[in-house]
Amino acid sequence: MRVGLFVTCLVDLMRPSVGFAAIELLESAGAEVYVPPAQTCCGQPAYNSGDRADALALARKVVGEFEGCDHLVVPSGSCAGMIRTHYADLFADDPAFAARAAALAAKTHELTSFLVDVMKVTRVAGRYDGTVTYHDCCAGLREMGVKAQPRVLLAGVAGLTLKEMPECETCCGFGGTFSVKFGEISTRLADNKCRHIIGSGADAVVLGDVGCMLNIEGRLRRRGDSATRVLHVAEVLAGKP
Amino acid sequence: MHFKARAHERLNDAQLQRNLARIQGKFVQKRREALTELDDVDATRDAGRDIRQRALDNLDVWLEMFERNAAARGATVLWAETPADINRLVLEIAFRHGVKSIIKSKSMVSEESALDHAIEAAGLTVVETDLGEYILQINGYEPPSHIIGPALHKSKEEVSELFARQHGTPRKDDIAALCLEARGVLRRHYLAADMGISGGNFFVAETGSVVLVTNEGNATLATTLPKVHVAISGIEKVVPTLEDVATLMRLLPRSATGQSISNYVDVLSGTKGEGEFHGAEHMYFIVVDSGRTEVLASEVREALRCIRCGACMNHCPVYQNVGGHSYGWVYPGPIGAILTPMYVGLDKARDLPSASTLCNQCGVVCPVRIPLPDLQRKLREKAFERRLGTPGERFALKAWSWLARRPALYGLAARVGVRVLRIMGGRRRMIHRLPFGHGWTDGRDMPAPRGRTFRELHRQRAREARATQPVPPR
Repeated sequence: MRVGLFVTCLVDLMRPSVGFAAIELLESAGAEVYVPPAQTCCGQPAYNSGDRADALALARKVVGEFEGCDHLVVPSGSCAGMIRTHYADLFADDPAFAARAAALAAKTHELTSFLVDVMKVTRVAGRYDGTVTYHDCCAGLREMGVKAQPRVLLAGVAGLTLKEMPECETCCGFGGTFSVKFGEISTRLADNKCRHIIGSGADAVVLGDVGCMLNIEGRLRRRGDSATRVLHVAEVLAGKP
Repeated sequence: MHFKARAHERLNDAQLQRNLARIQGKFVQKRREALTELDDVDATRDAGRDIRQRALDNLDVWLEMFERNAAARGATVLWAETPADINRLVLEIAFRHGVKSIIKSKSMVSEESALDHAIEAAGLTVVETDLGEYILQINGYEPPSHIIGPALHKSKEEVSELFARQHGTPRKDDIAALCLEARGVLRRHYLAADMGISGGNFFVAETGSVVLVTNEGNATLATTLPKVHVAISGIEKVVPTLEDVATLMRLLPRSATGQSISNYVDVLSGTKGEGEFHGAEHMYFIVVDSGRTEVLASEVREALRCIRCGACMNHCPVYQNVGGHSYGWVYPGPIGAILTPMYVGLDKARDLPSASTLCNQCGVVCPVRIPLPDLQRKLREKAFERRLGTPGERFALKAWSWLARRPALYGLAARVGVRVLRIMGGRRRMIHRLPFGHGWTDGRDMPAPRGRTFRELHRQRAREARATQPVPPR
């Protein structure tokens, strides 16, 4: 099974370890991983800012890069959601290309849901000695149906205890360009999230989107919390936190 | 002043923040519990969506049927194209019937035209009878902050202080006592009024009725005691049948306040007939367009399905923190972020469609399945086409997309960028100040990248893997 890995621009720039953890997880699950070397961005920043033309151009690039794969896996609910649920809208005026985009959308998965729902993985290699809490990122949860899958996999990580926090489904305030454009509101939402994370008593928060990780970690550190770790679920599952 | 500046004030208003924190989560929990009473929530929401959509798809047909049936029961249907028309029609009716004093039950549409001010400017008196609206009225016409709980932003103590000041009564710190005091004041107005104005949750085409959903019973009194009743609502509020209303009523109170049914549901059809005990002698409907036809013809037409339950704002993390006044006009929260730009102009509310994280919490709770984030995005597209954003934003966005379409150049820029950011991050790997990103770094650090991109590391690993492979024999 040939699985295309779209690491996302944020992993490429900010946290390459997430991409390598994803490769390990996919290979352990028995997939042959293909990483297109020229991959960049799914077009979501343009799309969500109203710049349809640029979003369209980037979406064409992604479709071209990955349509030959059996599956497309993304270690981000947000970018997976862009491809799965929003490419159709972008190509509404181009039926020929829309069919190609729809075919790719149908085989696009967020990483943990691919591992659990498609590859039927129940055990992973990772080990983590400590207590973590899980933050459900918005697009993963509400566009891709990611809720139980990361928890199933985290339950299989040796040494790890999961302690849920209140409002784990409430947005952390990242929202892409929103985080800069409406920085004050974004910070307040991040601060609420940090309070719940700290209140849970966990020594790390685990989640599935690097954008939200930057937001939460940035706020934790500014609050003076240098202890609580902010980890991508792929890093924890692969044992590379 | 735009949304961002207003939100800044609200975020730094300690009293308001305490009040918002107090109500946060209450509606969410109550709605969740109430919806468990329905056998099939999703199917009921589908039915609600379909009923509202069917009404919108043939709006002219249902409105004409409504007008015919309302007229047959002795009511007069008037059409208001603009907010000014609403005020003009109300005053014409008042003068025709020699009205001096008016009582009102809740009407958000009348907020669109600032009707109370127009009534007072014409020398008549008007008293709001919804408790929340009354509180706001006696506080110098403070604007509502929520569509079903207009004074939700106020604490019990603030109301207590306001009542003592305006009524000249001793301070009360018990909510029941405050309600009784308001009831005592309002009762006199009900009995003295010669005209009652209400909103309209639904107009029913098959019967020519207006449906009013309330908890305080004030609408029942305001619409049946005075000799004249005027019901004001938007053209989009028409539904074909009473059975449609029954389905929507399974959703509306549950989504709004978490009640199985509101305390009162009035279905008012026509004037008081021969031998009938209740009802107004003269009944008017003011059916308001005021931008709705334009919405119907636009990409955001689904917003007109709204049944004004408020679930989208109750669940919106942005609304929960900045409050309703930040949105600047009649309708706050996610639905307001769509309706306000459509009704008052995108250039006057250019922040609003962008003022959400697109987290879609609103979309998943909407009882009539309005895809609120998608509609916000459609307005962002309009704003982008019309260049309403700042040149800096536009440049950054365009530059990013331009680079992302050129993988080699993107790779080079990325390699340079992550190295610079890494140095900026210092030993603690945290950037405290980003030159073009103070929106981020004013309240947060930016975790610094590791110094090399995934793409370069991956290429290097592939090279190393090839180098360690044995050379195949010739």
